Amino acid sequence: MVTYTARRFVSLVGVMLGISAVSFTLTALAPGDPAYSLLHLQQPGTEPSAEAVGALRAELGLNDPAPVRYLRWLGGAVLGDLGVSYRSGQPVAAEIAARMPATLILAGTSLAVGLGVGMPFGVFAAVRPRSWWDAVSRVLALLGASVPTYLLGLLLILVFAARLKLLPAFGSGTARHLILPTAALAAGITAQIMRLTRASMLETLRQPFVRTASVKGLSATRVTVWHGLRNAALPVVTATGLASGHLLGGAVMVETIFSREGVGKYAVDAIFVRDYPVIQGAVLYTALVFVVANFAVDLLYHWIDPRLRHA
Amino acid sequence: MLEGHDPARPRLLSLLLRDPVTAVAVGIVALALCAAVAAPLLAPHDPAAQQLEHAFSPPSERFPLGADHLGRDMLSRLLYGGRATLFSAGLVLALTIAVAVVVGLSAGYYGGWVDACLMRLADLLLAFPSLLLAVAIAGTLGPNLLNVVLALAVVGWAGYARILRGMVMSCRQEEYVQAAVALGAPPRRIMGRHILCNTIGPMIVLASLDVGAIILGIAGLNFLGLGMQPPGAEWGAMLHAAQPHLQTDPQLLLVPGTAIFVAVLSFNLVGDALRDALDPTSTD
Repeated sequence: MVTYTARRFVSLVGVMLGISAVSFTLTALAPGDPAYSLLHLQQPGTEPSAEAVGALRAELGLNDPAPVRYLRWLGGAVLGDLGVSYRSGQPVAAEIAARMPATLILAGTSLAVGLGVGMPFGVFAAVRPRSWWDAVSRVLALLGASVPTYLLGLLLILVFAARLKLLPAFGSGTARHLILPTAALAAGITAQIMRLTRASMLETLRQPFVRTASVKGLSATRVTVWHGLRNAALPVVTATGLASGHLLGGAVMVETIFSREGVGKYAVDAIFVRDYPVIQGAVLYTALVFVVANFAVDLLYHWIDPRLRHA
Repeated sequence: MLEGHDPARPRLLSLLLRDPVTAVAVGIVALALCAAVAAPLLAPHDPAAQQLEHAFSPPSERFPLGADHLGRDMLSRLLYGGRATLFSAGLVLALTIAVAVVVGLSAGYYGGWVDACLMRLADLLLAFPSLLLAVAIAGTLGPNLLNVVLALAVVGWAGYARILRGMVMSCRQEEYVQAAVALGAPPRRIMGRHILCNTIGPMIVLASLDVGAIILGIAGLNFLGLGMQPPGAEWGAMLHAAQPHLQTDPQLLLVPGTAIFVAVLSFNLVGDALRDALDPTSTD
């Protein structure tokens, strides 16, 4: 376990370096000269002079070769310095740190709903295959996979906030503000987890050890949950790691629709004012959260499944 | 595995049409594709023509689905919007598969450091939350529809390339490939003729499962305002435009929203049915 953790940790660092390189390369895609954009943003309406642009390029070190700029940026990023937002003039890292909790809370509640609803429903569907309940869960899963997060979000606002006036549509702060965004974000992964649990559960319930358990006279609940679900949960754990990527990506949409001040909305807002350090930083940090989440899932997997530990 | 012979095709279609739900989905997909191709012929109005005096007008003989906040015909916008959405989805799919084929074939065939480099690159892209990366790429390149397509292709190819690589590696061990090598066939011929022809079928089935998700991605990026710019019509962009009028005129939202939902649902159903038809062993 220790060697495994160490080996995974080394590859984690490798992936993080790769992620930083991709995030850095993003700015290379940006059309135009960043120094020009920066000056243009600071003094809107005026055309920056060539000398001013040249001076700023030298000051920002934009004339250095790309590898040098990357290493300098990486050195800063490791120490939590991602540069300064073109728009607000504030350090990007601090602005992201202020918004990350909102995003993580939203992703966390959505994951909790996804697991809390998806797993039991999937188990019910697997215990009674081809029942009406199985059919309903199949339809729900298909709907969940086909309805766009953004459409669901807008419909939820329309029904529960605009028409019924039950819940607040915009902003954040209280638990009530979380309900609609969570519902919008959780729908897709709930469907996914439900289908996966059902498939995995069906597979497990066919195994000889499950038959042995029921023949031995254990109650149906104990067989299903203790012998069935514990084994069937393994692929679901892996899927949870991948689902965290969907959640972090989906948070971009959901935060924008519900005006939640999270990292996703921060990135989208930055796009329209060409605030490249912010886009870069938001992508870097969110990807890091995703990678660390998957790292944790991997370790968890090895902890849950003793077979892997001895492999 | 897919058969390349013609007799397989009618059987596949009849297999798809046996289940009534799938048959309806196939019909909707066919209808949507025809409507997208024929949008200029079918649309009653110019999708960009503003008639401000008819803004927000309810469905009528003149505007079968009503008019939007600028008095543009919703039906025409829906048709042209579908054209934009579905055509760009097709383009994303084509680009994704093209890149995946080149990468997957090279990695699987040559192995060694080529494989190592390409697969590390693929792993790297898979390490990002894909939607966020697509948003960042499309946003950085600048808002227009082509950039949305490029962004989705950039984040999309890695998964396919990895699967194709696996198939290529196992295909390489087959005797007919060994025979082709022994006969002195050049690598390009072996890869194209012997390996690709036997791996592309499952790839396409895999891709058909993904069309719904690609449409969601395109409409999603457009919804954020990153794709089609006004006055162009695209389903996601129509949702974006409808957002400020959500409370007063929800029909502006419901028309493109329903279109996206029904299209994605139908493509997902067809993809599922295609997989079930070609791979009877899959349980889910």
